Amino acid sequence: MNAPDNEVVAFDNVGLRYGPDREVLSNISFTLFPGSFYFLTGASGAGKTSLLKLLYLAQRPSRGAIRMFGTDVITLARKKLPAYRRRIGVVFQDFRLIPHLSAFDNVALPLRVSGVREEDLRKPVADMLDWVGLSHRIDDRPATLSGGEQQRVAIARAVIGRPDMLVADEPTGNVDPEMALKLLRLFEALNRLGTTVVVATHDVHLLKKVPESLIMRLDKGKLSDPTGALRYPPRPAVKRDRLS
Amino acid sequence: MNVEKPPTLGRKIARGFNRFGGERAAQLVPQARLAGPMPWVIAIMVTLVVIAAAGGLAMRNVAESARTELAAGATVQVLEALPQERERQARIVEEMLQASPAVASTRRVPDEELDALLEPWLGVGTASQAVPVPALIDVRLRSDATQDTLDELQAMLVQRAPDARIDAQASWLGPVFGALSSMQYLALALVVLLAMTSAAAVWLAARSALGSNRGTIEVVHMLGGTDAQIARIFERSIGFDATLGGAVGLAMGLAAILFLGRQFAALGSGMMAAGGLGWTDWVMIAAIPLIAVALAMLTARITVIAALRRML
Repeated sequence: MNAPDNEVVAFDNVGLRYGPDREVLSNISFTLFPGSFYFLTGASGAGKTSLLKLLYLAQRPSRGAIRMFGTDVITLARKKLPAYRRRIGVVFQDFRLIPHLSAFDNVALPLRVSGVREEDLRKPVADMLDWVGLSHRIDDRPATLSGGEQQRVAIARAVIGRPDMLVADEPTGNVDPEMALKLLRLFEALNRLGTTVVVATHDVHLLKKVPESLIMRLDKGKLSDPTGALRYPPRPAVKRDRLS
Repeated sequence: MNVEKPPTLGRKIARGFNRFGGERAAQLVPQARLAGPMPWVIAIMVTLVVIAAAGGLAMRNVAESARTELAAGATVQVLEALPQERERQARIVEEMLQASPAVASTRRVPDEELDALLEPWLGVGTASQAVPVPALIDVRLRSDATQDTLDELQAMLVQRAPDARIDAQASWLGPVFGALSSMQYLALALVVLLAMTSAAAVWLAARSALGSNRGTIEVVHMLGGTDAQIARIFERSIGFDATLGGAVGLAMGLAAILFLGRQFAALGSGMMAAGGLGWTDWVMIAAIPLIAVALAMLTARITVIAALRRML
């Protein structure tokens, strides 16, 4: 695969199986471009979470090729993967916040892992919590926060390091519809900054809320791409205000 | 919540050179301190290792002191039943030995001392009258009492004192030295076994901590944490427990050593007095908790990294 300059991720004929069972993902091929917004849809068990695991480098495929940020991550040495993971933000349906850390410390974690000094991270973390509307809960632990608040902390944690790609697995699954819409607006705002966003959801109502989004549909482990737009997408129009 | 204006984060904060460690990293794994079992397991192990090591070192000191003292020592017995003849031969033996260049000094063991030695079996003041007791001469040689030296002296003595027999003192205590060596090896084996048990306990504790903090590990891993960073968090946590346990264990071990030392000192035995610990021995004992901490941290690191290698 030749890597176009502005490509974020490219899957080529990827298959994934767990153990000797049949493949949970078959012949998956697509390309994600910078600054694009994607919804990944499909019924439960269609393979959405498995595909996301490949996207946030928690799993290697059984076959095929994956290029990420211009690098073949299949043959990449294991010790080099953390540097790539730091370029990907991940949001889960069950939040996965560290329960004994405050909202501030949860959001600060990616920066600390990246080696940012304490004095350099205080303001960005406070700003990020302010952005998600939680500046008043900065010292509170996850158990004392509502589902929507926990998900906003998780989003703040996922984007504090300004990732090139944000991957969200059913991020609105545990919040009410009003909060779901607010979370979607956060993703859109990030997308306007140039971050590629991939949101897995089975909520069809969400899809209509982002008219510019591309839809990836999984059915029994196969990606539906009737027009070929996912594998050979038209070069996206890059808005000046997005990448400025 | 003003979603339209996300904070503009400068690229510089995404890349740093500050090592992820210290208190901030340690807080990822909740510490139970002395409320958890780990410090106490290590404390008990260190206590037992300290006592075993002190015992082994004391026995080594006893054996070395006795060997040094007895290596150049020999005893001449004049095995003559007639008191006058025995006395005559004993005087000749003393004169011959003092004239010999191989001999540094001699001391005739007084009859009173022999009576005192035999008193438990033969009663007060009657030993030398009741049975013929050989005359004993304690000899210090200028070098170790080798068989060649002893053979030469024996050949010289029998010319004028045919009832004289010379023996190396070390040979009498050979079985004692053998027993002391066995005890030293036993102490060493105990130290090694306890160290292995400690490592196994730490391995189990590290695996347990790993299991109970799997969610945290997965999150840090997903955020781009390296194996070394994650291992360091656990190393620090277990290192803290081991330091706490090592300090308590050393204190308990020292208390036990001092108590036993006083008990043995009260026996008033010269051999036991030689078993006192020197400053190098104390340094070795003080190093035990430090070695325990290093061993615990190394075990934790190996365990955690092995577990992480099973993740991508």
